[in-house]
Amino acid sequence: MTTFNTCNAVKISIQTQDYRLADEVALLEKDNDIDGAVVTFTGRVRNKNEGLQVSGLFLEHYTGMTEKSLEKIILEAQERWKIGRISVIHRIGELVIGEQIVFVGVTSMHRQDAFAAAEFIMDFLKVQAPFWKKELTEKGEKWLDAKQSDNQQAQQWKN
Amino acid sequence: MIKIVFFAALREQLECAELSIPANEVSSVADIKTKLASKNEHWQQVFSNSALLSAINHDMVQKDAQVKSGDEVAFFPPVTGG
Repeated sequence: MTTFNTCNAVKISIQTQDYRLADEVALLEKDNDIDGAVVTFTGRVRNKNEGLQVSGLFLEHYTGMTEKSLEKIILEAQERWKIGRISVIHRIGELVIGEQIVFVGVTSMHRQDAFAAAEFIMDFLKVQAPFWKKELTEKGEKWLDAKQSDNQQAQQWKN
Repeated sequence: MIKIVFFAALREQLECAELSIPANEVSSVADIKTKLASKNEHWQQVFSNSALLSAINHDMVQKDAQVKSGDEVAFFPPVTGG
């Protein structure tokens, strides 16, 4: 298990293997008695997309840029809110239905900051971090198209 | 030299993951795109997609961004992670 960078309280991990939610929460809470709020988000592989049965996904990423873009998103969250620790895990490679794809965990003294920062990080991860999903469906393989709604969601934070 | 890398659907359409071009032939991301599109009809069609994104040295950039020797320039479709 990757641990936190003690300088900036941030953990970023791009990995093929699964993670255990309980372990990640424990890592956010360990020796962290100042923060009363822990917010976590888990994204999973759905069984259907755009009406087609999905059997799994393949996730590609751009090594190096992925980490850099997540660092930038996290830095912006740290500038906007008073938050403690931040953890982002994104899986790559082949994933089947129900598997965990992404984890975002944020701690803060009070809940509002952690809720907002977690949502902000996910919204910008969706439109800026260089990951691409290829769906394995009943009709063959298909690269997913980006959703306009994800762009609109991220734009909302600029207001 | 400038290293150029492609990802996901774009890499598959081009059947090419990376290539290099001489730095003295281009000055911006837009120049690189034009040069790549001139390779043949297929590449021209692929690069006519205005939704393609680009990055220099792992930072997302606009088309008018300047490039120099030693840069890594990436082209890829809109991202779909999370």
